[in-house]
Amino acid sequence: MAKRALKAKKEKPQWKQILQKHPPVPESVIPLLQAFQERYGYIPPEAVRAVARYTRTPLSQVYGVATFYAQFRLRPRGKHLIRLCQGTACHVLGADAILNHLKERLGVEEGETTPDGLFTLEVVRCLGCCSLAPVMMVDEETYGRLTPRAVDKVLAEYRKGKT
Amino acid sequence: MKVTEVQVGLASCGIAAGAEAVFNQFRKILGSKVVVKPVGCLGMCYNEPLVAVITDSGERFLYKRVDAALAKRIAEEHVKGGTPLEDFLAPDDGFFKRQVRIVLENCGQIAPTSVEEYRERGGYEALRRAIQEMTPQEVIVEIQQSGLRGRGGAGFPTGMKWSFAAQEPDPVKFIVCNADEGDPGAFMDRSVLEGDPHRVLEGMTIAGYAIGARFGIVYVRAEYPLAVRRVKEAIAAARKAGFLGKRILGTPFSFEIMVKEGAGAFVCGEETALIASIEGRRGMPRRRPPYPAQSGLWGHPTVINNVETLANVPWIIRNGAEAFARYGTEKSKGTKVFALAGKVRHSGLVEIPMGMTLEELVFDVGGGIPDDKEFKAVQIGGPSGGCVPASLAHTPVDYESITQTGAIMGSGGLIVMDEATCMVEVARFFLDFIQKESCGKCTFCRIGTKRMLEILTRIVKGEGKPGDLDKLIDLGYKVKTNSLCGLGQTAPNPVLTTTRYFQDEYEAHIREKRCPAGVCRALLRYSIDPEACRNCKLCAKACPVGAISQGDGPFQVIQQEACIRCGRCREVCPFGAVRVE
Repeated sequence: MAKRALKAKKEKPQWKQILQKHPPVPESVIPLLQAFQERYGYIPPEAVRAVARYTRTPLSQVYGVATFYAQFRLRPRGKHLIRLCQGTACHVLGADAILNHLKERLGVEEGETTPDGLFTLEVVRCLGCCSLAPVMMVDEETYGRLTPRAVDKVLAEYRKGKT
Repeated sequence: MKVTEVQVGLASCGIAAGAEAVFNQFRKILGSKVVVKPVGCLGMCYNEPLVAVITDSGERFLYKRVDAALAKRIAEEHVKGGTPLEDFLAPDDGFFKRQVRIVLENCGQIAPTSVEEYRERGGYEALRRAIQEMTPQEVIVEIQQSGLRGRGGAGFPTGMKWSFAAQEPDPVKFIVCNADEGDPGAFMDRSVLEGDPHRVLEGMTIAGYAIGARFGIVYVRAEYPLAVRRVKEAIAAARKAGFLGKRILGTPFSFEIMVKEGAGAFVCGEETALIASIEGRRGMPRRRPPYPAQSGLWGHPTVINNVETLANVPWIIRNGAEAFARYGTEKSKGTKVFALAGKVRHSGLVEIPMGMTLEELVFDVGGGIPDDKEFKAVQIGGPSGGCVPASLAHTPVDYESITQTGAIMGSGGLIVMDEATCMVEVARFFLDFIQKESCGKCTFCRIGTKRMLEILTRIVKGEGKPGDLDKLIDLGYKVKTNSLCGLGQTAPNPVLTTTRYFQDEYEAHIREKRCPAGVCRALLRYSIDPEACRNCKLCAKACPVGAISQGDGPFQVIQQEACIRCGRCREVCPFGAVRVE
C-alpha cells in the first residue's frame, strides 16, 4: 500500500483515491480506466496521463487501450445512457426501426448526446437478453419487447425526472 | 398441501421482463411466512417473468408471464389459500422433455450464490473427491475419457489441453475461465454465471488441481454486471466455506480465484487476445505456438476454458466419464447448451444431447416458428458461424457435422430465421459486426472485410453489379486463409454460407433489384390498394415526407419518387390497405 501512495503522491487528491485502488503495474491500466469512467461517466484526457504515470506505462499504450475497447468513452456523456442492443436476435426482430425511432425522438445520431445533456445514445452488440428482443438499457435498467410506443413511454419517464 | 417456497427467476432477462416488481410483491405480502427466493434462469425466457410455487410434498407449480397483479393473486389464492390458478400455469409444451440438463441442472432451481443449496444438490462433492481421493493425473485421465471438448466453439479436447499444461515444469500456472461471451445472440455463459456460479468455480478449482495451478481468473465481459456481482459473491461464499483459499478441505492444495472485467472487445474471446487484455494491453492476438498451455499469462502455462466447459467438469468427476460419454455422438460427447432466439416460439436457454438434429432442436424443443411462417435457416455460431438452410436441418448437432455445412458449432448462439428474414441482409449484419470488431492486425481481416462489407451494402441498397458475388466469395476465401486468429479465419463464414445456400437471393438483389424476403428497404415498393383504402388519410398524416396524397377517387396514393420507404403508412393503416413488395 505504501508503494501505491508513493506512486500516486503527486496526483490530484480526488484522483489519488481512485488510483490507489489498484497496484501501480501495467496490468492495472484497464481496471483504472474503468474506475475513472465509473466515477466521471467518461475518461478525462488528463486521467489517461495520470494512469500512464501511475502504472509506468507509455502514454501511447494507455491511449491505445482507451481507444481500443468499445466500453471506454473519451468524451462526457449525458445524464442517462441509452444502450440499444443490435445483437442478432434484436436485429432480426426489428431493432433497426427502434434505432431510427430513437434517433428521431432524441434528434441525435449514434454516440451523440442530446443538446440538453439528458441522453446519450449508444448502440451495443448484444446485452444477452435475446429472448426479450428488441432490447435497450437505460443506465442499469433493461427494457425488453420494445415497440416505438414503448420507447416513447420510457423516454417520457426519464424526462419527467426518473433516475 | 402446504406451500413452502416461492421461487422467482431473477436473471438479467427475468429482471428485464419485470421480475423484480414480482419478487418485491411476494416479499411484501408473504413476509417471512413463506420462503421467497431469487433463482437463476430456468431457460424458458419466452415465459418470463417466471414464478415457481413449491409445496411440502415437493410439487412444483410454474407460473408464466407473472406481473405484480398476478403475483398478488398467486400469493393470496395459491400460497395462502391453497388453490392453484390453473389458467396462469405454464403449459407443458415439451420444452423440457427432450433436454438433458448437465450444465444447467441447478440453473433456476437454487439460490445462485448459496453454498448450502449448491451442496444439497451434490455441489463441491466433485472437488472433495478430486483433491482427497484422486491424483491430478487421474483427474486429467477422467476428463480425457469423458470426451469433453471445448464449448467455446473450436471443440479442442479439454483433457488434452490440461495435460499439456500439467506437463510443464513451471511452478507458476494459471486457469482462466473465458466468460467474454461476445457473440451477438448468445447468453449461455451469462445464464450459468448468474444462475449457478459455484459450479464454474468448482470446475476451475478442479482444473487448477489437475494442472498444478494455484490461481484462477474469471474474465467476464463488462456488459454482464449481474454475472460479475454473483460470481464475486459466490467466490466470497466459497472462501468462507473453505472451498477456496489455503489448504482446501485439509489437503495441501490451495487455490484462489479473482474476477477480471473485460472492456468490450469481441476479439478478446480469442485466447491470446484475452491474455493481452488481462495483462493490460490492447486485446490483439499473437501468433501461436507457443500455445497458452505452454506460455500464457506473463509467460506462464495457462489453461483457458470456456464457462460451459468448466461447468461440465464437476458433473463428470461426480458421475464418472462413462456416464457423460453415454450422451452424444462418437466424437462429440455430452450435451450442448444453446441460446435459442429469433423467429422461434420457445426462445430461451436449452441444453440438448449432442447428436440431436437441428430440426428437432428448432421444432421439438423450440416449438417451431411463430405465426405459421416457413422455417428458412438457422444461424449457428454467431459471426464466426454460418447459416444452415432448412434443407440441411437433418444435420446432427456435433462439431464435425456442423463444420461440414460451412458453419461452426460456436459457443451456442442459435438464431432461427423464417421466410421474412433476408439472408443477404443477415450476412451484411454479421460482416458489419466483424468489421467493427477486427483488431486491425492482419491486413486481410482489416481491409478485406471492409471491402466485403462495401459490396454487401451496395447489394442491399439495390446497387449490386454483376460479378459482385464472385468478388465476395474470392475475398472471403482470402480473408479466411490470410488471417492470424480465429476471428479473421471465420469472419467470412456468414457470407460464404449464405452465398452457397441462398445464391438465388443474392441474384434477386443484384439482377432484379428485388428483396424476396421484403426486408431491404431500398428495394421495397409501397403502394395503397384503392379497393381496401377507406380514405381515412391516417397514412398521409403519418408520412414524414408528405409523399401520400389524394388519388383520383376515394383513396390515397403514394408518390414513388418521394417515398423514403419508412413503412410508417403501413403501421398506421387500420385496414391493411398498404401493400409492400
